[in-house]
Amino acid sequence: MADTTIQPQDKFALNPMFLLRWEKTQDAYVLLYPEGVIKLNASAAEILKRCNGAATVAELVGELQALFNEDDIIVENGIYRFLETSHAKGWISNQP
Amino acid sequence: MPKDGSVTSLDGLGKPMWLVLELTYRCPLKCVWCNNPLDYDSYASKELSTEEWKQVLREGRELGALQLGFSGGEPMLRDDLEELVAEAESLGYYTNLITSGVGLTPERLSALKQAGLKQIQLSLQSAQRTLTDQLVGARVHDLKLDTARRIKAAGFPMVLNVPVFRQNIDQVEEILALAEEIGVDYLEFANIQYYNWALLNREELLPSREQIDNAEAAVNRARARLGKRMTIYFVIPDYFETRPKACMNGWGSIHLTIAPDGAALPCQEVRVIEGLEFPTVREHSLQWLWHESPLFMKFRGDEWMKEPCRTCDEKEKDYGGCRCQAFLLTGEASNTDPACAKSPDHHIIESAILGSRKPREHKPLIMRTPGGTTVIPS
Repeated sequence: MADTTIQPQDKFALNPMFLLRWEKTQDAYVLLYPEGVIKLNASAAEILKRCNGAATVAELVGELQALFNEDDIIVENGIYRFLETSHAKGWISNQP
Repeated sequence: MPKDGSVTSLDGLGKPMWLVLELTYRCPLKCVWCNNPLDYDSYASKELSTEEWKQVLREGRELGALQLGFSGGEPMLRDDLEELVAEAESLGYYTNLITSGVGLTPERLSALKQAGLKQIQLSLQSAQRTLTDQLVGARVHDLKLDTARRIKAAGFPMVLNVPVFRQNIDQVEEILALAEEIGVDYLEFANIQYYNWALLNREELLPSREQIDNAEAAVNRARARLGKRMTIYFVIPDYFETRPKACMNGWGSIHLTIAPDGAALPCQEVRVIEGLEFPTVREHSLQWLWHESPLFMKFRGDEWMKEPCRTCDEKEKDYGGCRCQAFLLTGEASNTDPACAKSPDHHIIESAILGSRKPREHKPLIMRTPGGTTVIPS
Protein backbone atom coordinates (compact mmCIF):
# COMPACT_ATOMS: atom_id res chain seq x y z
CA MET A 1 0.00 0.00 0.00
CA ALA A 2 2.73 2.43 -1.02
CA ASP A 3 0.44 5.27 -2.06
CA THR A 4 -1.89 5.33 0.94
CA THR A 5 -1.86 7.53 4.02
CA ILE A 6 -3.90 4.98 5.96
CA GLN A 7 -2.02 2.88 8.50
CA PRO A 8 -2.96 -0.61 9.77
CA GLN A 9 -3.20 0.67 13.36
CA ASP A 10 -5.58 3.55 12.46
CA LYS A 11 -9.03 3.48 14.01
CA PHE A 12 -11.83 5.12 12.09
CA ALA A 13 -15.27 6.20 13.24
CA LEU A 14 -18.24 7.52 11.31
CA ASN A 15 -18.51 11.29 11.68
CA PRO A 16 -21.43 12.28 13.88
CA MET A 17 -23.18 14.06 11.04
CA PHE A 18 -23.69 10.73 9.23
CA LEU A 19 -26.22 8.07 9.98
CA LEU A 20 -25.69 4.54 8.65
CA ARG A 21 -28.65 2.22 8.60
CA TRP A 22 -30.43 -0.55 6.73
CA GLU A 23 -33.18 0.72 4.45
CA LYS A 24 -35.72 -1.91 3.56
CA THR A 25 -37.25 0.02 0.66
CA GLN A 26 -33.84 0.22 -1.08
CA ASP A 27 -32.79 -3.27 -0.02
CA ALA A 28 -29.47 -1.75 0.99
CA TYR A 29 -27.56 0.15 3.64
CA VAL A 30 -27.78 3.91 3.24
CA LEU A 31 -25.71 6.75 4.60
CA LEU A 32 -27.90 9.70 5.55
CA TYR A 33 -26.67 13.22 6.25
CA PRO A 34 -28.00 16.79 5.97
CA GLU A 35 -29.84 16.95 2.67
CA GLY A 36 -28.20 13.84 1.28
CA VAL A 37 -28.51 10.10 0.86
CA ILE A 38 -25.89 7.65 -0.32
CA LYS A 39 -26.84 4.09 -1.14
CA LEU A 40 -24.04 1.70 -0.27
CA ASN A 41 -23.14 -1.55 -1.94
CA ALA A 42 -22.73 -4.58 0.30
CA SER A 43 -18.96 -4.37 0.75
CA ALA A 44 -18.97 -0.62 1.43
CA ALA A 45 -21.63 -1.18 4.10
CA GLU A 46 -19.62 -3.97 5.73
CA ILE A 47 -16.59 -1.67 5.96
CA LEU A 48 -18.48 1.35 7.34
CA LYS A 49 -20.35 -0.80 9.88
CA ARG A 50 -16.97 -1.67 11.36
CA CYS A 51 -15.78 1.95 11.58
CA ASN A 52 -16.72 2.12 15.25
CA GLY A 53 -13.70 3.95 16.63
CA ALA A 54 -12.45 0.78 18.33
CA ALA A 55 -11.41 -1.64 15.60
CA THR A 56 -8.08 -1.03 13.85
CA VAL A 57 -7.82 -1.12 10.07
CA ALA A 58 -5.77 -4.33 10.40
CA GLU A 59 -8.57 -5.98 12.41
CA LEU A 60 -11.15 -4.79 9.94
CA VAL A 61 -9.14 -6.26 7.06
CA GLY A 62 -8.84 -9.58 8.87
CA GLU A 63 -12.56 -9.79 9.57
CA LEU A 64 -13.56 -8.96 6.03
CA GLN A 65 -11.02 -11.32 4.47
CA ALA A 66 -12.79 -14.04 6.44
CA LEU A 67 -16.20 -12.76 5.37
CA PHE A 68 -15.67 -12.26 1.64
CA ASN A 69 -15.01 -15.15 -0.66
CA GLU A 70 -12.25 -13.28 -2.49
CA ASP A 71 -8.48 -13.12 -2.75
CA ASP A 72 -7.00 -11.61 0.46
CA ILE A 73 -4.91 -9.01 -1.39
CA ILE A 74 -7.89 -7.83 -3.42
CA VAL A 75 -9.98 -7.45 -0.25
CA GLU A 76 -7.20 -5.56 1.54
CA ASN A 77 -6.59 -3.18 -1.38
CA GLY A 78 -10.32 -2.61 -1.77
CA ILE A 79 -10.69 -1.72 1.92
CA TYR A 80 -7.78 0.73 1.87
CA ARG A 81 -9.13 2.42 -1.26
CA PHE A 82 -12.61 2.70 0.19
CA LEU A 83 -11.33 4.09 3.51
CA GLU A 84 -9.29 6.67 1.61
CA THR A 85 -12.37 7.77 -0.31
CA SER A 86 -14.58 7.80 2.79
CA HIS A 87 -11.99 9.86 4.64
CA ALA A 88 -11.63 12.31 1.75
CA LYS A 89 -15.41 12.73 1.63
CA GLY A 90 -15.54 13.40 5.36
CA TRP A 91 -17.69 10.35 6.21
CA ILE A 92 -15.14 8.97 8.67
CA SER A 93 -12.32 10.35 10.77
CA ASN A 94 -9.26 8.86 12.40
CA GLN A 95 -9.71 8.40 16.15
CA PRO A 96 -6.92 9.30 18.56
CA MET B 1 -35.51 21.83 0.66
CA PRO B 2 -33.32 19.80 -1.70
CA LYS B 3 -30.91 22.03 -3.59
CA ASP B 4 -29.00 21.73 -6.82
CA GLY B 5 -25.82 21.56 -4.75
CA SER B 6 -26.92 18.66 -2.56
CA VAL B 7 -25.90 15.15 -3.37
CA THR B 8 -28.08 12.18 -3.95
CA SER B 9 -26.23 9.18 -5.26
CA LEU B 10 -29.18 6.95 -5.91
CA ASP B 11 -32.00 7.23 -8.29
CA GLY B 12 -35.20 6.85 -6.34
CA LEU B 13 -36.19 3.56 -8.00
CA GLY B 14 -39.50 5.36 -8.55
CA LYS B 15 -39.79 6.30 -4.86
CA PRO B 16 -40.27 9.77 -3.39
CA MET B 17 -36.99 9.76 -1.47
CA TRP B 18 -37.36 13.42 -0.50
CA LEU B 19 -40.49 14.39 1.35
CA VAL B 20 -41.00 18.05 2.24
CA LEU B 21 -43.80 19.09 4.56
CA GLU B 22 -44.76 22.73 4.21
CA LEU B 23 -46.45 22.79 7.60
CA THR B 24 -47.77 26.32 7.20
CA TYR B 25 -47.37 29.32 4.91
CA ARG B 26 -47.69 31.63 7.93
CA CYS B 27 -44.45 33.48 8.63
CA PRO B 28 -43.45 36.52 10.69
CA LEU B 29 -41.11 37.69 7.91
CA LYS B 30 -41.89 39.52 4.68
CA CYS B 31 -38.97 38.47 2.44
CA VAL B 32 -39.05 40.06 -0.98
CA TRP B 33 -37.90 36.79 -2.66
CA CYS B 34 -40.38 34.49 -0.85
CA ASN B 35 -41.34 31.48 -2.95
CA ASN B 36 -44.65 30.78 -1.21
CA PRO B 37 -47.80 31.37 -3.28
CA LEU B 38 -48.85 35.01 -3.65
CA ASP B 39 -52.22 34.11 -2.06
CA TYR B 40 -50.49 32.36 0.87
CA ASP B 41 -52.84 33.87 3.47
CA SER B 42 -55.82 31.98 2.00
CA TYR B 43 -54.29 28.69 3.22
CA ALA B 44 -54.19 29.52 6.95
CA SER B 45 -57.65 28.09 7.64
CA LYS B 46 -56.97 24.89 5.66
CA GLU B 47 -53.82 23.63 7.40
CA LEU B 48 -53.63 19.90 8.09
CA SER B 49 -54.09 18.80 11.70
CA THR B 50 -51.43 17.00 13.73
CA GLU B 51 -53.12 13.66 13.08
CA GLU B 52 -53.36 14.36 9.35
CA TRP B 53 -49.63 15.17 9.19
CA LYS B 54 -48.83 11.97 11.08
CA GLN B 55 -50.81 9.99 8.54
CA VAL B 56 -48.75 11.66 5.76
CA LEU B 57 -45.56 10.67 7.59
CA ARG B 58 -46.62 7.03 7.85
CA GLU B 59 -47.71 6.82 4.21
CA GLY B 60 -44.53 8.59 3.08
CA ARG B 61 -42.32 6.01 4.78
CA GLU B 62 -44.33 3.21 3.20
CA LEU B 63 -43.63 4.80 -0.20
CA GLY B 64 -39.90 4.80 0.59
CA ALA B 65 -39.25 8.42 1.65
CA LEU B 66 -35.95 8.79 3.52
CA GLN B 67 -35.13 12.47 3.84
CA LEU B 68 -37.76 14.63 5.47
CA GLY B 69 -37.86 18.42 5.49
CA PHE B 70 -40.07 20.42 7.84
CA SER B 71 -40.54 23.69 6.01
CA GLY B 72 -43.01 26.51 5.46
CA GLY B 73 -43.66 29.44 5.84
CA GLU B 74 -42.09 29.27 9.25
CA PRO B 75 -42.49 25.74 10.67
CA MET B 76 -41.80 27.01 14.22
CA LEU B 77 -45.29 28.57 14.13
CA ARG B 78 -46.72 25.05 14.45
CA ASP B 79 -47.00 24.11 18.14
CA ASP B 80 -46.99 20.44 17.20
CA LEU B 81 -43.59 20.50 15.46
CA GLU B 82 -41.85 18.58 18.26
CA GLU B 83 -44.57 15.94 18.21
CA LEU B 84 -44.26 15.56 14.43
CA VAL B 85 -40.45 15.30 14.63
CA ALA B 86 -40.74 12.55 17.26
CA GLU B 87 -43.22 10.67 15.07
CA ALA B 88 -40.95 11.05 12.02
CA GLU B 89 -37.93 9.83 13.97
CA SER B 90 -39.80 6.76 15.20
CA LEU B 91 -40.67 5.97 11.57
CA GLY B 92 -37.01 6.14 10.48
CA TYR B 93 -36.75 9.42 8.56
CA TYR B 94 -33.65 11.62 8.55
CA THR B 95 -35.29 14.80 9.86
CA ASN B 96 -34.29 18.29 8.68
CA LEU B 97 -35.78 21.54 9.97
CA ILE B 98 -35.76 24.48 7.56
CA THR B 99 -36.29 27.67 9.52
CA SER B 100 -35.75 31.42 9.63
CA GLY B 101 -34.85 30.94 13.30
CA VAL B 102 -37.74 33.08 14.48
CA GLY B 103 -39.55 31.13 17.19
CA LEU B 104 -36.70 28.67 17.71
CA THR B 105 -36.36 29.50 21.41
CA PRO B 106 -33.82 27.74 23.69
CA GLU B 107 -36.69 25.66 25.15
CA ARG B 108 -37.97 24.53 21.77
CA LEU B 109 -34.44 23.86 20.50
CA SER B 110 -33.84 21.45 23.36
CA ALA B 111 -37.29 19.87 22.92
CA LEU B 112 -36.46 19.29 19.24
CA LYS B 113 -33.14 17.69 20.17
CA GLN B 114 -35.03 15.50 22.62
CA ALA B 115 -37.49 14.54 19.88
CA GLY B 116 -34.56 13.33 17.77
CA LEU B 117 -34.28 16.08 15.14
CA LYS B 118 -31.12 15.47 13.08
CA GLN B 119 -30.29 18.73 11.34
CA ILE B 120 -31.22 22.39 11.16
CA GLN B 121 -31.05 24.64 8.14
CA LEU B 122 -31.10 28.27 9.17
CA SER B 123 -31.48 31.15 6.74
CA LEU B 124 -29.36 34.29 6.88
CA GLN B 125 -29.64 37.12 4.40
CA SER B 126 -26.65 39.31 5.05
CA ALA B 127 -23.69 39.98 7.31
CA GLN B 128 -25.09 43.41 8.15
CA ARG B 129 -27.87 44.04 10.61
CA THR B 130 -29.55 46.90 8.76
CA LEU B 131 -29.62 45.09 5.44
CA THR B 132 -30.98 41.81 6.86
CA ASP B 133 -33.68 43.60 8.81
CA GLN B 134 -34.68 45.69 5.82
CA LEU B 135 -34.88 42.77 3.37
CA VAL B 136 -36.97 40.54 5.63
CA GLY B 137 -39.09 43.34 7.08
CA ALA B 138 -38.34 42.59 10.75
CA ARG B 139 -35.58 43.15 13.30
CA VAL B 140 -34.20 39.63 13.36
CA HIS B 141 -30.52 39.83 12.37
CA ASP B 142 -29.13 39.58 15.92
CA LEU B 143 -31.67 36.92 16.81
CA LYS B 144 -30.59 34.84 13.82
CA LEU B 145 -26.93 34.98 14.82
CA ASP B 146 -27.76 34.06 18.44
CA THR B 147 -29.88 31.20 17.17
CA ALA B 148 -27.08 29.97 14.90
CA ARG B 149 -24.71 29.80 17.87
CA ARG B 150 -27.27 28.03 20.03
CA ILE B 151 -27.91 25.46 17.27
CA LYS B 152 -24.21 24.62 17.19
CA ALA B 153 -23.97 24.59 20.99
CA ALA B 154 -26.85 22.10 21.09
CA GLY B 155 -24.80 19.76 18.90
CA PHE B 156 -26.80 19.91 15.69
CA PRO B 157 -25.15 19.76 12.28
CA MET B 158 -26.12 23.05 10.63
CA VAL B 159 -26.66 24.27 7.12
CA LEU B 160 -26.55 28.04 6.84
CA ASN B 161 -28.62 28.96 3.82
CA VAL B 162 -28.02 32.33 2.24
CA PRO B 163 -30.41 33.35 -0.53
CA VAL B 164 -28.32 35.39 -2.95
CA PHE B 165 -29.35 38.40 -5.02
CA ARG B 166 -28.00 41.76 -6.09
CA GLN B 167 -28.35 43.41 -2.67
CA ASN B 168 -26.23 40.87 -0.75
CA ILE B 169 -24.02 39.14 -3.32
CA ASP B 170 -21.09 41.47 -2.71
CA GLN B 171 -21.03 40.40 0.96
CA VAL B 172 -20.00 36.81 0.28
CA GLU B 173 -16.65 37.22 2.03
CA GLU B 174 -18.18 38.76 5.15
CA ILE B 175 -20.78 36.00 5.29
CA LEU B 176 -18.07 33.35 4.85
CA ALA B 177 -16.15 34.83 7.78
CA LEU B 178 -19.28 34.88 9.92
CA ALA B 179 -20.11 31.26 9.05
CA GLU B 180 -16.56 30.18 9.85
CA GLU B 181 -16.71 31.92 13.22
CA ILE B 182 -20.06 30.27 14.07
CA GLY B 183 -18.76 26.83 13.04
CA VAL B 184 -21.30 26.13 10.32
CA ASP B 185 -20.95 22.67 8.73
CA TYR B 186 -22.55 23.45 5.38
CA LEU B 187 -22.80 26.92 3.91
CA GLU B 188 -25.13 27.23 0.99
CA PHE B 189 -25.14 30.31 -1.21
CA ALA B 190 -28.32 29.80 -3.16
CA ASN B 191 -28.86 32.32 -5.90
CA ILE B 192 -32.60 32.75 -5.72
CA GLN B 193 -34.95 31.29 -8.29
CA TYR B 194 -37.49 33.64 -9.79
CA TYR B 195 -41.02 32.61 -8.80
CA ASN B 196 -43.77 34.41 -6.89
CA TRP B 197 -42.35 37.40 -4.94
CA ALA B 198 -38.90 36.94 -6.43
CA LEU B 199 -40.42 37.15 -9.91
CA LEU B 200 -42.36 40.31 -8.99
CA ASN B 201 -39.09 41.87 -7.83
CA ARG B 202 -36.84 40.31 -10.46
CA GLU B 203 -35.63 43.51 -12.04
CA GLU B 204 -34.27 44.72 -8.71
CA LEU B 205 -32.95 41.38 -7.46
CA LEU B 206 -31.05 39.98 -10.45
CA PRO B 207 -27.30 40.30 -9.87
CA SER B 208 -24.87 41.02 -12.69
CA ARG B 209 -22.62 38.42 -14.29
CA GLU B 210 -19.64 40.24 -12.83
CA GLN B 211 -21.09 40.09 -9.31
CA ILE B 212 -21.69 36.35 -9.68
CA ASP B 213 -18.14 35.76 -10.94
CA ASN B 214 -16.65 37.73 -8.03
CA ALA B 215 -18.77 35.87 -5.51
CA GLU B 216 -17.84 32.50 -6.96
CA ALA B 217 -14.15 33.41 -6.89
CA ALA B 218 -14.49 34.31 -3.19
CA VAL B 219 -16.18 30.96 -2.54
CA ASN B 220 -13.39 29.09 -4.32
CA ARG B 221 -10.74 30.88 -2.25
CA ALA B 222 -12.60 29.93 0.92
CA ARG B 223 -12.93 26.31 -0.19
CA ALA B 224 -9.17 26.12 -0.69
CA ARG B 225 -8.57 27.64 2.75
CA LEU B 226 -11.17 25.67 4.74
CA GLY B 227 -10.94 22.22 3.14
CA LYS B 228 -13.18 19.75 4.94
CA ARG B 229 -14.01 22.05 7.85
CA MET B 230 -16.92 23.60 6.00
CA THR B 231 -18.67 22.42 2.84
CA ILE B 232 -19.66 25.36 0.67
CA TYR B 233 -22.29 25.14 -2.03
CA PHE B 234 -22.66 27.91 -4.57
CA VAL B 235 -25.77 27.52 -6.67
CA ILE B 236 -25.55 29.68 -9.80
CA PRO B 237 -28.80 31.26 -10.97
CA ASP B 238 -30.05 29.45 -14.05
CA TYR B 239 -30.57 32.81 -15.78
CA PHE B 240 -26.81 32.98 -16.23
CA GLU B 241 -26.24 29.42 -17.41
CA THR B 242 -26.78 28.24 -20.96
CA ARG B 243 -28.51 25.07 -19.74
CA PRO B 244 -31.47 24.78 -17.37
CA LYS B 245 -31.27 23.28 -13.89
CA ALA B 246 -32.21 19.60 -13.52
CA CYS B 247 -35.28 20.80 -11.68
CA MET B 248 -36.32 18.43 -8.85
CA ASN B 249 -34.27 15.70 -10.59
CA GLY B 250 -37.22 15.43 -12.93
CA TRP B 251 -40.93 15.82 -12.26
CA GLY B 252 -42.31 13.14 -9.93
CA SER B 253 -38.93 11.44 -9.81
CA ILE B 254 -37.67 11.68 -6.19
CA HIS B 255 -39.36 14.77 -4.68
CA LEU B 256 -42.74 15.00 -3.01
CA THR B 257 -43.97 18.17 -1.31
CA ILE B 258 -47.09 18.37 0.81
CA ALA B 259 -48.53 21.90 1.00
CA PRO B 260 -50.20 23.23 4.18
CA ASP B 261 -53.64 22.24 2.87
CA GLY B 262 -52.48 18.70 2.10
CA ALA B 263 -52.03 19.09 -1.67
CA ALA B 264 -49.37 16.66 -2.93
CA LEU B 265 -47.03 18.57 -5.24
CA PRO B 266 -44.06 17.60 -7.46
CA CYS B 267 -42.39 20.85 -6.35
CA GLN B 268 -43.13 23.78 -4.06
CA GLU B 269 -43.85 26.24 -6.85
CA VAL B 270 -46.09 24.13 -9.04
CA ARG B 271 -49.30 25.97 -8.22
CA VAL B 272 -48.12 28.79 -10.47
CA ILE B 273 -49.00 26.57 -13.44
CA GLU B 274 -52.57 27.26 -14.48
CA GLY B 275 -54.95 24.53 -15.59
CA LEU B 276 -53.64 21.77 -13.30
CA GLU B 277 -55.58 20.18 -10.46
CA PHE B 278 -54.01 19.71 -7.05
CA PRO B 279 -55.71 16.88 -5.13
CA THR B 280 -54.91 16.55 -1.41
CA VAL B 281 -54.15 13.88 1.15
CA ARG B 282 -57.58 14.57 2.63
CA GLU B 283 -59.21 12.89 -0.39
CA HIS B 284 -56.58 10.41 -1.58
CA SER B 285 -53.86 8.08 -0.40
CA LEU B 286 -50.28 9.25 -0.85
CA GLN B 287 -49.73 6.06 -2.85
CA TRP B 288 -52.35 7.15 -5.41
CA LEU B 289 -51.20 10.78 -5.43
CA TRP B 290 -47.57 9.82 -6.15
CA HIS B 291 -48.06 6.89 -8.50
CA GLU B 292 -51.30 7.62 -10.30
CA SER B 293 -52.58 11.18 -9.98
CA PRO B 294 -52.82 13.08 -13.29
CA LEU B 295 -50.66 15.82 -11.70
CA PHE B 296 -47.68 13.53 -11.09
CA MET B 297 -48.13 11.71 -14.42
CA LYS B 298 -48.29 14.97 -16.35
CA PHE B 299 -44.55 15.60 -16.81
CA ARG B 300 -43.05 12.39 -15.44
CA GLY B 301 -40.50 10.78 -17.78
CA ASP B 302 -39.97 12.37 -21.22
CA GLU B 303 -43.07 11.48 -23.25
CA TRP B 304 -44.44 15.00 -22.80
CA MET B 305 -41.40 16.73 -24.26
CA LYS B 306 -41.51 18.85 -27.38
CA GLU B 307 -38.62 20.00 -29.54
CA PRO B 308 -35.88 20.95 -28.90
CA CYS B 309 -36.00 18.69 -25.78
CA ARG B 310 -37.45 15.58 -27.43
CA THR B 311 -34.41 14.84 -29.57
CA CYS B 312 -31.85 16.57 -27.34
CA ASP B 313 -28.94 14.41 -26.17
CA GLU B 314 -28.90 16.28 -22.84
CA LYS B 315 -32.51 15.55 -21.87
CA GLU B 316 -31.40 12.84 -19.42
CA LYS B 317 -29.24 15.45 -17.70
CA ASP B 318 -31.69 18.29 -17.10
CA TYR B 319 -35.13 16.79 -17.94
CA GLY B 320 -35.95 19.92 -19.96
CA GLY B 321 -35.49 22.18 -16.92
CA CYS B 322 -38.27 23.68 -14.85
CA ARG B 323 -41.94 23.32 -15.84
CA CYS B 324 -42.96 26.28 -13.67
CA GLN B 325 -40.41 28.58 -15.25
CA ALA B 326 -41.46 27.41 -18.73
CA PHE B 327 -45.07 28.27 -17.87
CA LEU B 328 -44.35 31.60 -16.20
CA LEU B 329 -42.10 32.90 -18.96
CA THR B 330 -43.53 31.28 -22.11
CA GLY B 331 -47.15 30.60 -21.11
CA GLU B 332 -46.85 26.86 -21.82
CA ALA B 333 -45.56 24.42 -19.18
CA SER B 334 -44.47 21.77 -21.70
CA ASN B 335 -42.11 24.14 -23.50
CA THR B 336 -38.36 23.89 -23.01
CA ASP B 337 -37.25 25.94 -20.00
CA PRO B 338 -36.21 29.27 -21.54
CA ALA B 339 -33.07 29.22 -19.36
CA CYS B 340 -31.74 26.79 -21.99
CA ALA B 341 -29.85 28.47 -24.84
CA LYS B 342 -31.41 25.89 -27.20
CA SER B 343 -34.91 27.16 -26.34
CA PRO B 344 -36.56 29.34 -29.00
CA ASP B 345 -37.69 31.49 -26.04
CA HIS B 346 -34.21 32.02 -24.58
CA HIS B 347 -34.39 35.70 -25.60
CA ILE B 348 -36.87 36.19 -22.71
CA ILE B 349 -34.09 35.38 -20.23
CA GLU B 350 -31.54 37.47 -22.10
CA SER B 351 -33.79 40.50 -22.16
CA ALA B 352 -34.59 40.11 -18.44
CA ILE B 353 -30.86 40.26 -17.69
CA LEU B 354 -30.38 43.22 -20.02
CA GLY B 355 -33.42 44.98 -18.57
CA SER B 356 -32.09 44.69 -15.03
CA ARG B 357 -28.77 46.21 -16.15
CA LYS B 358 -30.15 49.31 -17.86
CA PRO B 359 -29.56 52.59 -16.08
CA ARG B 360 -32.98 53.53 -14.74
CA GLU B 361 -34.91 54.58 -11.68
CA HIS B 362 -34.92 51.78 -9.12
CA LYS B 363 -38.34 50.42 -8.27
CA PRO B 364 -39.39 49.83 -4.69
CA LEU B 365 -39.26 46.17 -3.61
CA ILE B 366 -42.59 44.47 -3.02
CA MET B 367 -42.64 42.74 0.36
CA ARG B 368 -44.52 39.58 1.22
CA THR B 369 -47.67 40.81 2.93
CA PRO B 370 -51.30 39.75 2.48
CA GLY B 371 -52.03 42.65 0.13
CA GLY B 372 -48.51 42.56 -1.32
CA THR B 373 -48.39 46.33 -1.09
CA THR B 374 -45.72 47.13 1.50
CA VAL B 375 -42.72 48.50 -0.31
CA ILE B 376 -39.18 49.39 0.62
CA PRO B 377 -36.77 51.50 -1.40
CA SER B 378 -34.22 49.28 -3.17
